[in-house]
Amino acid sequence: MTELVSTTPGLYPLPDWAKQELSDLKGHQKHDLISGNEGADIVSAYDRAREEVVSEQTDAGLDRVVEAQLRWDDMLAHPLTVHENVETGGIVRYYDNNNFYRDPQVRGELTFSGDVAAELDATADLLGDESLQAVLPGPYSLSDLATDEHYGDEADFLGAVSEFLAGEVDAFPDHETLFLLEPSLVFSPPGEDVDERVAEAISAVSDATDADVVVHTYWGALDEKVYAHLMDADVEAIGFDFVAGDRDQTLYNINEYGTKDDIALGLVDGQNTLVEDPDTVRERVEWTLDNVQSQTFDTAYVTSNTELFYLPENRATEKLAALAAATEDELEVEA
Amino acid sequence: MSRDAENREQFRPEGHENEHFLLTTVVGSYPKPKWLNRANDLAEDPDSKFTQEHLHEAHDDACRVITREHERSGLDTVVDGEMRREEMVEYFAHRIPGYEFNGPVKVWGHNYFDKPSVVGEVEYDEPWLVDEFEFTSDVASKPVKVPITGPYTLASWSFNEHYDSEADLAYALADLVNEEIEKLVEAGATYIQIDEPALATTPDDHAIVGECLERIVAGISDEVRIGLHVCYGDYSRIYPELNDYPIDEFDVELCNGGYEQIDVFTDPEFEPDLALGVLDVHTTEVETVEEIKENIKQGLKVVPPEKLTVSPDCGVKLLPREVAYQKTENMVKAAREVEAELDAGEIDLDAPVPQAD
Repeated sequence: MTELVSTTPGLYPLPDWAKQELSDLKGHQKHDLISGNEGADIVSAYDRAREEVVSEQTDAGLDRVVEAQLRWDDMLAHPLTVHENVETGGIVRYYDNNNFYRDPQVRGELTFSGDVAAELDATADLLGDESLQAVLPGPYSLSDLATDEHYGDEADFLGAVSEFLAGEVDAFPDHETLFLLEPSLVFSPPGEDVDERVAEAISAVSDATDADVVVHTYWGALDEKVYAHLMDADVEAIGFDFVAGDRDQTLYNINEYGTKDDIALGLVDGQNTLVEDPDTVRERVEWTLDNVQSQTFDTAYVTSNTELFYLPENRATEKLAALAAATEDELEVEA
Repeated sequence: MSRDAENREQFRPEGHENEHFLLTTVVGSYPKPKWLNRANDLAEDPDSKFTQEHLHEAHDDACRVITREHERSGLDTVVDGEMRREEMVEYFAHRIPGYEFNGPVKVWGHNYFDKPSVVGEVEYDEPWLVDEFEFTSDVASKPVKVPITGPYTLASWSFNEHYDSEADLAYALADLVNEEIEKLVEAGATYIQIDEPALATTPDDHAIVGECLERIVAGISDEVRIGLHVCYGDYSRIYPELNDYPIDEFDVELCNGGYEQIDVFTDPEFEPDLALGVLDVHTTEVETVEEIKENIKQGLKVVPPEKLTVSPDCGVKLLPREVAYQKTENMVKAAREVEAELDAGEIDLDAPVPQAD
């Protein structure tokens, strides 16, 4: 039997009231974005927004609750753009979306920050029995989104970013699961030499926690070679995009090279307002697992393929309910 | 194939002082008078006595002011500065059955956009722009250009819940744009500009935009000038394919990049007329007439003077209003001076811009 665990990759839209309130408090320009040492009014607004979004997840009945990363103005680049040894440059496009973030230019050593740990501490305080899921960019994506002005060498930089992330994870409160988001592995895959270092970098982050670690990929299928290397990473599950991706290529990768004992399935569209019916989600889970001939799973995480901030607030909330409802019962998988 | 671009002569002002004629125009948006922003806020405030009718009147007033401001700067063709539009997709989506709005989504930082969802077949209901075109035409003594957000951008910057693909949605929207242009032409419009900024981010879709344009111009007289504006992208990804677009004029933003990309258009031969951006809309520094003249000459590397239109890189709405005005006025002066130099044979058309060593 495969246990179905409903979750999300985090990065939720701000509640509409918070969009307005924070836009009034912070402003609209590049230098108005989050710095990591924001004033009391701004902290208070984010605290209220976090409480609301955490309640939405527990009310919906999701099996894992995320902090929702509402402060991450720069999306996955956030852990660097608030770092003291990083300067923010121009506004650059976020993958091929109509979204933009500040280019993090790393000018000095990536020392311990604790910014994300503080968010998770605040979230843990809001939870009772619910299971906390931490979310971070994976080391490859974070290094891919940044500009290195300090380490000089691509491999050294990737290593430094993974050590930095490991240090951050070490300071996290207890968490059940850690999602490492790695869209860059699909969008701008590592070249020769770097591809084999990616697994090492991910393992370095993963080794910093006792929680189950999921490396989640999206916006397409992984290149076969990138996937083969990724399988060397010391993680509990790899996540796949079955919405936007080339499903045949993804299934080929999984069946050809096998995958981890657990799996994450991106089956709800994080970039379209059409809300999936729970039965549809359930059918997609069954279809996908039926098409993995090579193995059965202890746990399948059922999630949206991407972050949720692309959606208006109402639709993002409805998608949470669909995910939770689709995973209420355990799945009988015929061997 | 490009359309027959002979229709530019109709925009030559009566008594034009030079033999040569470089058509001067703008892309569309213009800074709003501050009082209009205040009026917009009041109209949204449920406690205010300011009604939608009052807002309509405020829009009319703003359109009058900005249309006349355009005329005063000397432009050959004018627009109303898009005073009635807050955002280029929302404005049209509100007028097209099949769309619904669910709330704002993030673009960057705390900048949001009310990204609409297509939840059913898109249809043509009431005209979108005919009333405002008629209003502006009544105010203006110069020909009025009408900017319309293109179907590819309307499709790309929406959530598609209904159509099998984004291309199918874009084609359905293109048919509606065609219907709207027919109505505008009936009302007297002679100059239409299709804005497709989304093409710059996904240039591999140039064939979809081409098919959209075929639908847009179907049955539209050659007398009507059709322009296409695409900004902030890598033009080499859509050139020379755009030579096959059924348009009279292709409007580019190149000033912002210091004309680094101008050579993209020199080989093979550029087929439509070129509407060249000669003002950087992202700097408040006002270009001098001399600087703008040099920018205009960059265009002569691509097309002869009779195929060159002069305009800012993009809409100027983010500039302070007095800066926008001064830039536009300098642009027109520069165009007139280049015309005079062309008349006098002072510009070498084989090498209009001094070559760097």
